[in-house]
Amino acid sequence: MDIYDILFWVLSAIAVSCALGVILSRNPVNSVMFLILTFFAISGHYILMNAQFLAIVNVIVYAGAIMVLFLFVIMLMNLNADVEPQKGQLVQLAGVISGGVLFLVVLAGIKSARPVTIDKAASDIGLITNLGKVLFTKYVLPFEISSVLFLSAMIGAIVIGKKEDAKPIAPRDEEL
Amino acid sequence: MPVNSTHYLFLSLLLFSIGIMGALMRRNAIIIFMCIELMLNAVNLLLVAFSKIYGDADAQLFVFFIMVVAAAEVAVGLAIIVMMYRKVHSVDINILNRLKH
Repeated sequence: MDIYDILFWVLSAIAVSCALGVILSRNPVNSVMFLILTFFAISGHYILMNAQFLAIVNVIVYAGAIMVLFLFVIMLMNLNADVEPQKGQLVQLAGVISGGVLFLVVLAGIKSARPVTIDKAASDIGLITNLGKVLFTKYVLPFEISSVLFLSAMIGAIVIGKKEDAKPIAPRDEEL
Repeated sequence: MPVNSTHYLFLSLLLFSIGIMGALMRRNAIIIFMCIELMLNAVNLLLVAFSKIYGDADAQLFVFFIMVVAAAEVAVGLAIIVMMYRKVHSVDINILNRLKH
């Protein structure tokens, strides 16, 4: 039981308990906070596995940008009062049972998988130098396509989020 | 027992199942969206673990592309949720079963 194992178990406990907090807390703002903690724990796993670049990107993109976007939308809708109507007990139980059955089925599938030991020595695969070389030689086409994806997502979000009465429309019947 | 690939498989599967449970249990559209993000991160964790085990940089680039797609998805999805909130003044998914207001 060296430092790698101890850190693995601590980070796993944080990640799983905070993930449970996401789905069990009634207040959406608390859910967002738990999800940010989960992402930080997963970033800790990335650092443990020598994926430093992904750890930083995970913190900046997920915990920084995406979760701030979630929090912003929640506060914009004034959902921080816990007024959310709950599903019936039966539906909640069915959700838990279906998720648990999925867990058991996949667990039975991977139970007999041959365990592969992890080389705990530090490697430089996850450094930005190596990733950049692979990204701009082998995966340069998907990289460029993802920029087009971002552009279309940006335009789509603006078009969807625009107020409809910003453009001049003919007055509807009920307004006359 | 030292940590091996099976531990990462179990951890990732556990996080993924928690995400599935949350998506099935909750009625708030934003929480369901967050559970989808949780599932994406469980898969990312497993990809990075196998990248470490097999010493291959390709899996980490796949994680990078998953993050790119997730960021675009969140932008569009939250715009849809905001638009829906403007229409029906709720983010309850049970209101959305008609597809017509």
